[in-house]
Amino acid sequence: MPAAAPEVELRSSPHLHTRRSVAMIMRHVIYALLPVAAAAVWFFGISALASLVTAVGVCVATENFLSRLAGRGSTVGDGSVVITGILLALTLPPGFPLWMTAVGAFVSVALGKMLFGGLGANAFNPALVGRAFLQAAFPSAITAYTPVLARNRFSEFIPATLTPPFLQPPPLDRWIAQARVDAFSGATPLMQWKFDGAATDPFALGLGAVAGSAGETSAVLIALCGCYLLVRKMADWRIPAAMLGSAALASLAFHAMNPARYPDALFTLLSGGLMLGAFFMATDMVASPVTPRGVWIYGSLMGLITVLIRNLGGLPEGVMYAILLGNAASPIIDSVTQPRVYGHGGRK
Amino acid sequence: MTISWFGNSSRTFGRGVHPPEHKEQTAGLPIRRLPFPPLLIVPLSQHTGAPAVPIVRERQEVVRGEPIARAGGFVSVPMHAPATGVIDRIAPAPSVKGDLALAIFLKPYPSASQEILYGAPRDIEKMSPDELIQAVQDTGVVGLGGAAFPTHVKLKPPEGRRIDAVIVNGCECEPYLTTDHRVMAEQPAEVIHGARIVMKALGAERTIIGVEDNKPDAIAALERAVQGFDAITVQRVQARYPQGAEKILIQVLLDRQVPSGGLPADVGAAVFNVATLAQLGELLPRRQGLIERVVTITGPGVDKPGNYMAALGTPLRWALEQAAIRHDASSVILGGPMMGPAVASLDVPLTKGVTGVLVFSREDKQASRVYPCIRCAACVAACPLHLNPSRLGLLALKERYEEMELDFHLKDCFECGCCSYVCPSRIPLVQYFRLAKQVNRERKGKTDAGRGA
Ligand code: SF4
Ligand code: SF4
Repeated sequence: MPAAAPEVELRSSPHLHTRRSVAMIMRHVIYALLPVAAAAVWFFGISALASLVTAVGVCVATENFLSRLAGRGSTVGDGSVVITGILLALTLPPGFPLWMTAVGAFVSVALGKMLFGGLGANAFNPALVGRAFLQAAFPSAITAYTPVLARNRFSEFIPATLTPPFLQPPPLDRWIAQARVDAFSGATPLMQWKFDGAATDPFALGLGAVAGSAGETSAVLIALCGCYLLVRKMADWRIPAAMLGSAALASLAFHAMNPARYPDALFTLLSGGLMLGAFFMATDMVASPVTPRGVWIYGSLMGLITVLIRNLGGLPEGVMYAILLGNAASPIIDSVTQPRVYGHGGRK
Repeated sequence: MTISWFGNSSRTFGRGVHPPEHKEQTAGLPIRRLPFPPLLIVPLSQHTGAPAVPIVRERQEVVRGEPIARAGGFVSVPMHAPATGVIDRIAPAPSVKGDLALAIFLKPYPSASQEILYGAPRDIEKMSPDELIQAVQDTGVVGLGGAAFPTHVKLKPPEGRRIDAVIVNGCECEPYLTTDHRVMAEQPAEVIHGARIVMKALGAERTIIGVEDNKPDAIAALERAVQGFDAITVQRVQARYPQGAEKILIQVLLDRQVPSGGLPADVGAAVFNVATLAQLGELLPRRQGLIERVVTITGPGVDKPGNYMAALGTPLRWALEQAAIRHDASSVILGGPMMGPAVASLDVPLTKGVTGVLVFSREDKQASRVYPCIRCAACVAACPLHLNPSRLGLLALKERYEEMELDFHLKDCFECGCCSYVCPSRIPLVQYFRLAKQVNRERKGKTDAGRGA
């Protein structure tokens, strides 16, 4: 028989593959987070920038080191660890001491991710594991907020930022005093509501011109960036929809019962870490359910818990615990919501 | 939850995938005949069921269309000579599965007219269902959509089952393939004729022909051809893979679900591919046998892609040379890219079940690293059977094969490939599932044998 004998190579079907890859998904999440990070730097200056750089740097270094140690070669290439670093920094107060940020970054990756077995195996969102650790270890530093748009934010670090390792940060009153003429209570809108019963202008809340964690303040920007992810199908739209929806409904009910004590739905949605949590942390694929019905339950559960903690608990903010609880519940949710398989008595 | 939805004109099912179609290369090319090769290799087992039994001797001369092997049982079909020539030998030949299987080697006479002289007309209207079923078996026609299951067997549903609806599969949802598309566009009358034959044999009341909306010319041709036949309708469905899978198409067109482990007959349906019916419609009234089929030869690895009418038994290598296979061709797939197996050797022949030959070139190879499952749920959203490939994949990694079968319905998986296709971690899920099924089968075989002893 004539020539033309190409070597045939055996492959297993399917022989086609979508272009979406893990690295591509992670890259898009990073793109979507960049404007949020930029806004954090704009609102809070070089301290926020230093915090972002530290968190990302330590996260990457930790994963690089631990994955090599485990003999698997570096796994940082998939990009997921960069997201952890950015998210951690965004949830911390702008002037959070860098050494504490570094500790939190290490804990996020070492305990929150690598201990479980790395990408795909973590039961919880790693950034929130680090954040929860910091909250327990440094309760006062993590509630020391500074004003937004301080005049000297690009020329000077917030003094707490540069606290030497293992020391507690200095008081911030003096820096705050030179930063701004208006009075600043040192409290976030959520704290003001909780402890003083004072509401914040929803417009300022939406845009983010309020005190708060570095990357959580601009609800509108976060929602826009989050919608980019949803439109590109890089995150499951049902999770933020369910979480924000249930938070809004729950606060509507609370507000109707006692408007003086409980904030309205708009305030609930725009304040604190709800937007960032709903779009960027609850949607962490690894720690959320895979079944279509499960995802709705998971999202609604987190929205509800957030409002319950905010309104009934001792803390002003509950998003972090709500998401961690949602993560913890997701295996159970998965197993009770297994889809009904074709041909197993669904319909005739 | 609703699992299928009905739009104004196009129906489809809720899950599955829609990969790039790559059909434009060949969709508009009319069917062309491949020349006869110097040697035809006609395997005795080109279908599901018992192999055919040769009824010719070596050195015997045969005319094109003459029976050369009889059916080896009820679930079996005869073979007919694909060309006028002489039987060279009856010997083992490489098969697609990679092993050797008995085949009849036939040397076509280069100077013969290759006219089909065999056969005699008959009137199907005067035939009883049983006569029709026998006549269908005599044509040697099997499922030409790839399954190669003997068609006449489907016409005899199990005791107590009545078929009310015949479903005709004109979806051709696999990317690249345009075989069925061309058959519908060029032989719509034969398709309808075939549909009438199976309806009569089954005593079915109606026929629905499902065609995906990416083949408007095929839909138009069929719609013209069904005029006057009230029991037959053409239903446009939205292009989506794997709509052409029997169970899925039954769900889309009839809104019925075939029970797990069951047959379409359990819900009163029988499904036939358009190419199968076209051959039946053409051959049965003339008392002829299946000797050729349309094969799409395409892909980046061939320079002359097309829809070729190939004599059964044409060696793959020869067919690919006619389609100008490139020197950088790297893998050859029989059937579509989602479910077709890659061949180990080009010395295998084209058989009744080969819908297409897809040739990839070296450039198409994407080196891809496998990541752990990130639980993105893409596979869960894609599985047309609503399985949980994510969980199945994790269990497979831990070799918990029995749990996969008992708790997660591994056996229902028909290896459509949607889950592997969408997985961003490039996990070869289908490969895992095949292995798991294999292991479970072997284990089960062992315990059964143990019990028997
Ligand atoms: S190959 Fe099996 S598990 Fe995967 S999508 Fe198809 S039927 Fe579902
Ligand atoms: S598509 Fe792949 S990565 Fe996503 S859940 Fe399924 S197996 Fe896991």
